[in-house]
Amino acid sequence: MSNTVRSTTRTVSKKKTNGYQVIGTRPIRHDGLDKVTGRALYGADVRLSGMLHGRILRSPHAHAIIKSIDTSGAEALPGVKAVVTARDLPALSDKIADLGEGAVNLRDLSTNVLAAGKVLYHGHAVAAVAATSPHIAEEAIQLIRVGYEVLQPVLDVRAAMKPGVPLLHPTLTMESLGKKTNRVSNVASHSQMKKGDVARGFQKADVVLEREFQTATVHQGYIEPHNATAQWNADGSVTVWCSTQGAFITRSQVAELLKLPVSRVRVVPMEIGGGFGGKIQVYIEPVAALLSRAAGRPVQITMSRAEVFMGTGPTPGSYIRVKMGATGEGRLVAAEAYLAYEAGAFPGSPVGAGAMCIFAPYNIENVLIDAYDVVVNKPRTSAYRAPGATNAAMASETVIDELAEQLRMDPLDFRLKNGAQEGDTRADGPAFARIGYLETVQAAKAHAHASAPLEGRCRGRGVASGFWMNYGGQSSAVANVNPDGTLTLVEGSTDIGGTRASAAMQAAEVLGLRAEEVRPLVGDTESIGYTEVTGGSRTTFATGWAAYEAAQDVKRQMIERAAKLWEITAADVDFADATFTNRKEPSKKMTFKEVAARLGETGGPVVGRAAVHPSGVGVAFATHVVDVEVDPDTGKVTLLRYTAVQDAGRAIHPSYVEGQMQGGVVQGIGWALNEEYAYDGQGRMINASFLDYRMPTSLDLPMIDTVIVEVPNPGHPYGVRGVGEVPIVPPPAAIANAIYRAIGVRMRVLPMSPRRILEALGKA
Amino acid sequence: MSKKIHVHTRINGEEVEFLCEPRQSLLEVLRDELGLTGAKEGCNNGNCGACNVVLDDRLVNSCLVLAVEVEGHEVTTVEGVASSKGLHPIQQKFLEHAALQCGVCTPGFIVAAKALLDRNPKPTEHQVRHWLAGNLCRCTGYDKIVRAVLDASACGSPGQK
Repeated sequence: MSNTVRSTTRTVSKKKTNGYQVIGTRPIRHDGLDKVTGRALYGADVRLSGMLHGRILRSPHAHAIIKSIDTSGAEALPGVKAVVTARDLPALSDKIADLGEGAVNLRDLSTNVLAAGKVLYHGHAVAAVAATSPHIAEEAIQLIRVGYEVLQPVLDVRAAMKPGVPLLHPTLTMESLGKKTNRVSNVASHSQMKKGDVARGFQKADVVLEREFQTATVHQGYIEPHNATAQWNADGSVTVWCSTQGAFITRSQVAELLKLPVSRVRVVPMEIGGGFGGKIQVYIEPVAALLSRAAGRPVQITMSRAEVFMGTGPTPGSYIRVKMGATGEGRLVAAEAYLAYEAGAFPGSPVGAGAMCIFAPYNIENVLIDAYDVVVNKPRTSAYRAPGATNAAMASETVIDELAEQLRMDPLDFRLKNGAQEGDTRADGPAFARIGYLETVQAAKAHAHASAPLEGRCRGRGVASGFWMNYGGQSSAVANVNPDGTLTLVEGSTDIGGTRASAAMQAAEVLGLRAEEVRPLVGDTESIGYTEVTGGSRTTFATGWAAYEAAQDVKRQMIERAAKLWEITAADVDFADATFTNRKEPSKKMTFKEVAARLGETGGPVVGRAAVHPSGVGVAFATHVVDVEVDPDTGKVTLLRYTAVQDAGRAIHPSYVEGQMQGGVVQGIGWALNEEYAYDGQGRMINASFLDYRMPTSLDLPMIDTVIVEVPNPGHPYGVRGVGEVPIVPPPAAIANAIYRAIGVRMRVLPMSPRRILEALGKA
Repeated sequence: MSKKIHVHTRINGEEVEFLCEPRQSLLEVLRDELGLTGAKEGCNNGNCGACNVVLDDRLVNSCLVLAVEVEGHEVTTVEGVASSKGLHPIQQKFLEHAALQCGVCTPGFIVAAKALLDRNPKPTEHQVRHWLAGNLCRCTGYDKIVRAVLDASACGSPGQK
């Protein structure tokens, strides 16, 4: 298979590439028109007859026992139609449910949706009200009286692990190396990955470095707050319109939490205003349903921005220790890591994924990784773009940089010497199929940025790499042939970043149609087959594959129809470029459109369908180069230039691949430089707004140059690897490495805010 | 409940009358009373720009304007940017440059970018970045948005409303 490297092309080209007609071109996305004119309907735009507005009362304390809840004041307010608390939720036993990007204990999920007995973080939902206007609902929640016995909160992962500290869950016992123990602790689990013998490995090393790191709690920061509109119907079924990464997984959670058969819940996914992993677990969907049941009217809940910060999301703060050893020739021989991640209020941080990723880019003979999942009084963590991997790469990729420096090697050459290739095994077991890690390093090295002069005071250049596993999962697609020769493609993946286009393009390629001739739609849970979440970088891979198979099904049926019209067998019909050829009489040809116009006389509609659960997931690697300038007086870090290189396998729509890379990079930049949850001494979040939790703006950034490397994934018909997640992984480490070259200090705590830079320079 | 107030204004070139409570924001009235859901609520405190509209000639966050304040003034929302003849060049360039992903911030960016080009038809990259710094996008990293606005300006955006 040939490997190609494509640098960002800035023109809007529709040229054929790679021997494909559609794949690799840049058509205008099908849903674009609605989105630039304001017509696209998001969850908060749902308007139902008689709709009420819901609001959630949230805990003012980080850790407290709920002694009493008196809702009578709220109930008495004119306009209030329903009030609910955890008492209205069915009692659930411990049961683990797979959400596609992480598993969850359903009892924890229920207790997170409405607190029962205890509140475990500032912002934990306690009660909810539905009223005729959002203002009345807001007034009503303030009339609910909750009696609390306030407890000492635990906010830091290392503090939470110490003996004698307050326990979040008095019955939580630690699981150690896959086995239950009797030890009651805030440590939910300890797992280990092992390869070779690290003690012997370190003996062979000429240079050994051991470093400690801390990363802050950060939020996905999607611009659209969570929303849910529910209608409990007279027949006992419930319909939910919402913003979700997966309608089917929302359906399962709502059904489980309300103890309804899954067939009694219909979820209609509206347009989704960003998710990044944070819109998979449910928060307000079951609450809206309970309020609707109580009020007998549809209820809409939309969160405020403060609620989004305090009650949803974040990705874990973490403490990481990394030890790595290399020989004098620059060969990595041993690596050890200790990772402790904050799960938030309930177990389930992505520390396992962090452990799988931390040394994955390198072929190292001896590896030992210990991973701890720890509960603290913060919101239950959610997936966030390559969950767990960015924290880990901040540690490993800065130690790699320091090793290269001590060995007097170029950091990219050091990576080329140690980078993983096909056949190498990760510490968690799997051997790599064909991968493109080294190609990303070579492309970074060959890029003009890597050798451009960088002059001036306090300026430096850094590089770092990243890895993410990607995910496959189940997807469905249905392709209806229209009489005008176009295709309507119904799929089950909510479209966050252009996946309608990437699925439609794969179907179009099969049939020789133009991208515009395939009209993609996202179905609800009753109009399309089961489809997992838009997450794990899986949608273009797996839903794209379903679209490809549905189009193949259409192709087979259409060949039969052409054969029928010619009164020959299907084996005597050729199909290419949307044209059928009669093999018996090659001068006889019919277009796809001509056959589509005659379906009524050849047996009726043609409907292609596919349901897939592919293996053959292609893992993703990225290598980034960044130039920074540090102001030694203020500590501000300015980004001068950024280049992101990534192996996409095959870029179906290069503009949206670049878009994923640029968006991931900028989230990584925010994580590196600004973003963190800030708490007061009582564990109350004090920066729950976009003003105080500062995400990057257009003014903070340069253009983000992209280089798409294409090392096709042998496990996909078109070579697709997922592209969405890995670009967030390298930026913090790349920027830390650049800051070191600018001012000579190694930053090991995120964010690398002006205050921390000044502290590191001894000026604060 | 507070008494409602009668407001008379122009929205997207048409005369509009509505009743609202004094505490209702322009954003709330546009979305909940007038059915203009193109302006989005991202933060409701003026930090994200998803609710941008033009009030007379000023770009504003409609979540920070009380609905009663638009009495006698003129409001342009994202619904008023395209005409019956077709898309505004900024909208077309957003599509061509793939300058949107989830699309929820897009209405605000379209309104803000049009307001920029209406007063400065040939902005520099820095001027575009400075003007759009009040609009948050979490998907794109802004690269393709800035390019789309620069391209729209190079094409000679019609300055008229």
